[in-house]
Amino acid sequence: MNNNIFEAIKIHGKNREDLIPVMQYLVAKENWLSPELMKEIADVFGISHAEVYGVASFYSFINIEPCGKYIIRLCKTISCDMSGKIAILERLKKILKIEAGETTHDNLFTLQQTNCLGWCHKGPAMLVNDDVYTELTPDKAEQIIREYADREKQYCII
Amino acid sequence: MKSEEISRRLAELEQKVTLMFKSIDCTKVVGDVLMECPETILSKVTSSGLSGRGGAGFPTGIKWKGAAEAEGGMKYVICNADEGEPGTFKDRQILHVQPDKVISGMIICAHAIGAREGYIYLRGEYNFLLKKLISRCEYWNDYLKKKGFDFTLFVRSGSGAYVCGEETALIESMEGKRGEPRNKPPLPVTSGYKGCPTVINNVETLAYTVMIMSEGPEYFRSIGTKDSMGGKVFSISGDSPRKGVYELPLGMTLHEFVDIFGDGDTKAVQVGGSSGTCVPRKHFADTIIGFEGVPTGGSMIIFNSSRSMYHVLRNYLEFFQEESCGQCTPCRVGCQQLLKGLEAIKTGKRPHSYLDKLRSLAITMSVSSKCSLGQSLVNPFNSITGHFREEVCY
Repeated sequence: MNNNIFEAIKIHGKNREDLIPVMQYLVAKENWLSPELMKEIADVFGISHAEVYGVASFYSFINIEPCGKYIIRLCKTISCDMSGKIAILERLKKILKIEAGETTHDNLFTLQQTNCLGWCHKGPAMLVNDDVYTELTPDKAEQIIREYADREKQYCII
Repeated sequence: MKSEEISRRLAELEQKVTLMFKSIDCTKVVGDVLMECPETILSKVTSSGLSGRGGAGFPTGIKWKGAAEAEGGMKYVICNADEGEPGTFKDRQILHVQPDKVISGMIICAHAIGAREGYIYLRGEYNFLLKKLISRCEYWNDYLKKKGFDFTLFVRSGSGAYVCGEETALIESMEGKRGEPRNKPPLPVTSGYKGCPTVINNVETLAYTVMIMSEGPEYFRSIGTKDSMGGKVFSISGDSPRKGVYELPLGMTLHEFVDIFGDGDTKAVQVGGSSGTCVPRKHFADTIIGFEGVPTGGSMIIFNSSRSMYHVLRNYLEFFQEESCGQCTPCRVGCQQLLKGLEAIKTGKRPHSYLDKLRSLAITMSVSSKCSLGQSLVNPFNSITGHFREEVCY
């Protein structure tokens, strides 16, 4: 068995109501749920592979496609849109050299546009994994991403 | 209006209700409430006039009474912290600064209905609050253990699905399934989490029950209006120089509201988030914010005259199209068709008269969709296309 699955069920259990916490644990460890991993989850929980895929594919925070270590989720809903989200998106696309929905070649960043993050009074807002950044300007957004990249010391943007 | 005059009026309004962010000794309130019998608590909550603060406005006392009277060995309390409605962020603020009040509300509810487990369902976007909430739950679990009160609190994290804010979808999600709303009835108060009687309340509702216990139901009733009793926490965003979270009395007119929070050039206000109603300037004076007028979960998005209402509506429709769970056809296909149709009119691929077909589709969705996501889309769609038809078409 995948060691992370073993750890996940040790912490959360393997009753049906533990399925999503187990998936969340695995996404945090492995960035995404591969088809093989979903098959193993299905076996452990004693449910069909399709059932696991059905649940995983329903939730936008449970990735079923390969993702970067850091997922940038830029809010595109009305208040953030009104406060200048598009300029932030353009800058992020430019420095990461990817389109929204794509992952950088070194698998460090995935850029996504997401629905309301709940920071409407401080837009534009984005999440980098669980961390929140608000009142963004293009320069501020670039600075934030540079700091993540510098921390990894392997990735040089621009 | 001069800015000093605006500040004075705002201060006046804010002084009318100062319950949510007032610091109180939650341990003392909970300690006292645990000595009372469940019937007393139920009668206090009912007589306070408190209704659900998530937006639907169901009377809290009746909900609790339903769960208290329901047959079943195991009962649950769930705090709905899956605040996903665009333009809404007050629950995040309440959980951030008053987590103990929210948890105390869950304990009071548990005592009133006889629940032994409680869950906070926190949306994934608010995971930065997770650590804090888990640690507060641990504190209260210890406290309750020492008191000999059999109730344990847990925190569950959501995974980025707006529809899980719908109570039965939230339950499905907690049970490890896709967050697809259930048919109602049965209501969660008789058959909720794992088929057991369950009370699901919004973060703000639960926090207010603590204030009702500490300040008395009469005091709570004395705030607001006959149909909208008590305070309400508002999330204000958009074209406003005073964006943020405010606790205000219900029952003011939109005109009074815009005078204080607008930028002097307000053309419309979206009341109740994207699934609420868009009110144009000409109706500000005769629109009351509250259950007797436009009901609201507290979200107010302000638009000034520089905004294209076509753009606003298109943004909402993209949101709903992505967040529709896809289970029922009216909502799944309806959301797609409204968006496609709106774009087709704008680009001239469809005649302007096609808008009337779309408006009638929105009404069909409101009566045939399974849950409030598809049912409520008619609010923004028909209010915006009704009041701003020329912006949508040209």
